Amino acid sequence: MAGSTLEIKDLHVSIEDEKILKGVNLTIKGGEFHAVMGPNGTGKSTLASAIMGHPKYEITQGSIFLDGKDVLEMEVDERAQAGLFLAMQYPSEISGVTNSDFLRSSINARREEGNEISLMKFIKEMDEAMDYLEIDKNMAQRYLNEGFSGGEKKRNEILQLMMIKPEIAILDEIDSGLDIDALKVVSKGINKLRDESFGCLIITHYQRLLNYITPDKVHVMMQGRVVKSGGPELAQRLEAEGYDWIKAELGIEDETVEQNA
Amino acid sequence: MTVETKLPYDKDYINEYSENRLEPEWMKSLRLYALEKSETLSMPKPDKTNITKWNFSDFTHAVDGATLTSLDELPEQIKDFLDSEAKQENLVIQRNQSVAFASLSASLKEKGVIFTDIFTALQENEELVKRYYMKDAVGIDENRLTALHAALMNGGVFVYVPKNVVIEEPLHTIFWQEDSKAASFNHVIVVAEENSSLTYVENYVSNNHEDETVANIVTEVIAHNNANISFGAVDNFAQGTTTYVNRRGVAYRDAVIDWALGQMNDGNTVSENITHLVGENARSNAKSVSVGRGKQSQNFTSKIVHFGKQSDGYILQHGVMKDSAVSIYNGIGKIEHGATKSNAEQESRVLMLSKNARGDANPILLIDEDDVTAGHAASVGRVDPVQLYYLMSRGISKMEAERLIIHGFLNPVVNQIPIKAVKDQLTQVIERKVN
Ligand SMILES: Nc1ncnc2c1ncn2[C@@H]1O[C@H](COP(=O)(O)OP(=O)(O)O)[C@@H](O)[C@H]1O
Ligand SMILES: [Mg+2]
Repeated sequence: MAGSTLEIKDLHVSIEDEKILKGVNLTIKGGEFHAVMGPNGTGKSTLASAIMGHPKYEITQGSIFLDGKDVLEMEVDERAQAGLFLAMQYPSEISGVTNSDFLRSSINARREEGNEISLMKFIKEMDEAMDYLEIDKNMAQRYLNEGFSGGEKKRNEILQLMMIKPEIAILDEIDSGLDIDALKVVSKGINKLRDESFGCLIITHYQRLLNYITPDKVHVMMQGRVVKSGGPELAQRLEAEGYDWIKAELGIEDETVEQNA
Repeated sequence: MTVETKLPYDKDYINEYSENRLEPEWMKSLRLYALEKSETLSMPKPDKTNITKWNFSDFTHAVDGATLTSLDELPEQIKDFLDSEAKQENLVIQRNQSVAFASLSASLKEKGVIFTDIFTALQENEELVKRYYMKDAVGIDENRLTALHAALMNGGVFVYVPKNVVIEEPLHTIFWQEDSKAASFNHVIVVAEENSSLTYVENYVSNNHEDETVANIVTEVIAHNNANISFGAVDNFAQGTTTYVNRRGVAYRDAVIDWALGQMNDGNTVSENITHLVGENARSNAKSVSVGRGKQSQNFTSKIVHFGKQSDGYILQHGVMKDSAVSIYNGIGKIEHGATKSNAEQESRVLMLSKNARGDANPILLIDEDDVTAGHAASVGRVDPVQLYYLMSRGISKMEAERLIIHGFLNPVVNQIPIKAVKDQLTQVIERKVN
């Protein structure tokens, strides 16, 4: 099987009765890397959160299917077990729970009861992934994201991604706050997962990350919609010229979601 | 209306009790004085918790327990407290009011360490006990219950570490209330002389789910100059026991007293943990966790009083409340005039797991000196839905995610318990209580 397919159709999302997404259409297949770009406040994180099932976001219209299964009918943990993963822009800090206990619970959650990963195998895999991402080993015993720097949190999200090995991953601003060396390391981790059975949606408002991870498709979000899609050349043009030409082309004055078009 | 608090234990009874145990004359007089005082003193009045209807009079005062010839005779529940692979040294097991098992390693004995039940200590180390017994930490006449404690003291241990002696391995006591009516008027004294260091851990356990009884416990912990005491406790009295426990510390110059208290009683409880930082640069970390369930009413006070210059106190209280349990958490940092450059910090957090549970955190700073630092943080809330979402987004079920968050919340104390078996046992108790 060549991986999973995530289909988002006409997605409308509100937060506290405020309409944020106004009809997003997007299909991601195993083996494909998509980039979603757009200035701040255009609804990118809302899209990611709605797919994963964040409690604050209300879906008012549209559908999300993963391999034909209705994602919107699933609880958050069921979505993860079905193969979805979201590297969050702002991961929660959880005191008293060590990173390694959390990771082990996460891995075991996707396995059958009685078929849990052995402690030895887990430690070995975690050590390897941490080495690969140049993460300090003591991070395994630190409490989950507590007191982590911005960069440490991002690496920790990618560590989870590498160990959980989902079918479809959404990476929300995984590059923000990273210096160039950290960016390279994180990109290396993501590229390692690249194969026929892994699909990825990379959300960013800089093109910088896309120098290291080449997307197959690029989408631009404005006013809570995908307003333009293209190939990697679209990202390059955005890097060179910014977003103004798209706004001019589409007659958009304020690209944020507040502005009702 | 107040509940009848007249006890069936009178002057004649106490006379006889003391004489049967061949107690020194001063102890007998102290008991009789305390009994007399108890008749006029008023009950303690814990802030915001009404204890006037709690049972403080229905109990059996003296219940013996059989000696153990081997630790294998212990029920599993008690065995759980013991590290199975460890040599069972430096351990006292009190069964009801009798010593069922006692061991102290030869090397510690040689160094002059005393670790024995309180009655033996009264015989063999009379002067030392007399020097510390309700003198510097808890007073006989603070209230009716402290006086009753002194009058009816019926168990406990005495720990003494001489000057410059550093003990690595923990000293461990298990107070096992096997009889469902047996009261615990335990008195624990821990004294660390200059430059000495020790770790002490105690467990309280009973199974009286229906029968009612009383625990009225006083613990006095004294750290002399530059001594270091790490004190761990897991209280696990069953529902039928009404508990009033006073754990008090006095730290002299450069001394440290660290507390890690797992307060897991199932009955109504008033627990006070007070540390006096008397000497310059004395320090204390007072950490406690608690879980309330059923219709339990509890009142926890964690207080550090700064007298010494540059003294440093940190209070942490974390509580989990479910069902219709009610708890009050009083965190009190007090800096006396003259205790310049002292630091009083505290953090009280309560996690509510049900609609009918109630928890109040009362952070109090009383500061009578300008040149100091102090701070407090308090919160009462529910499991954060965004934290749950984060954990669940990795495939973890809601139940397991809640479990992780709750255990994580109580971990600052669990992790501090120095005996692995006791720590594991505390984790199990928490597991049982929160699920
Ligand atoms: N928690 C929230 N509560 C209320 N409004 C929100 C919340 N999060 C986002 N929004 C609104 O949704 C808009 C889009 O936010 P977001 O999806 O985070 O954009 P992006 O990720 O593209 O920067 C924001 O500009 C804000 O107006
Ligand atoms: Mg965002």
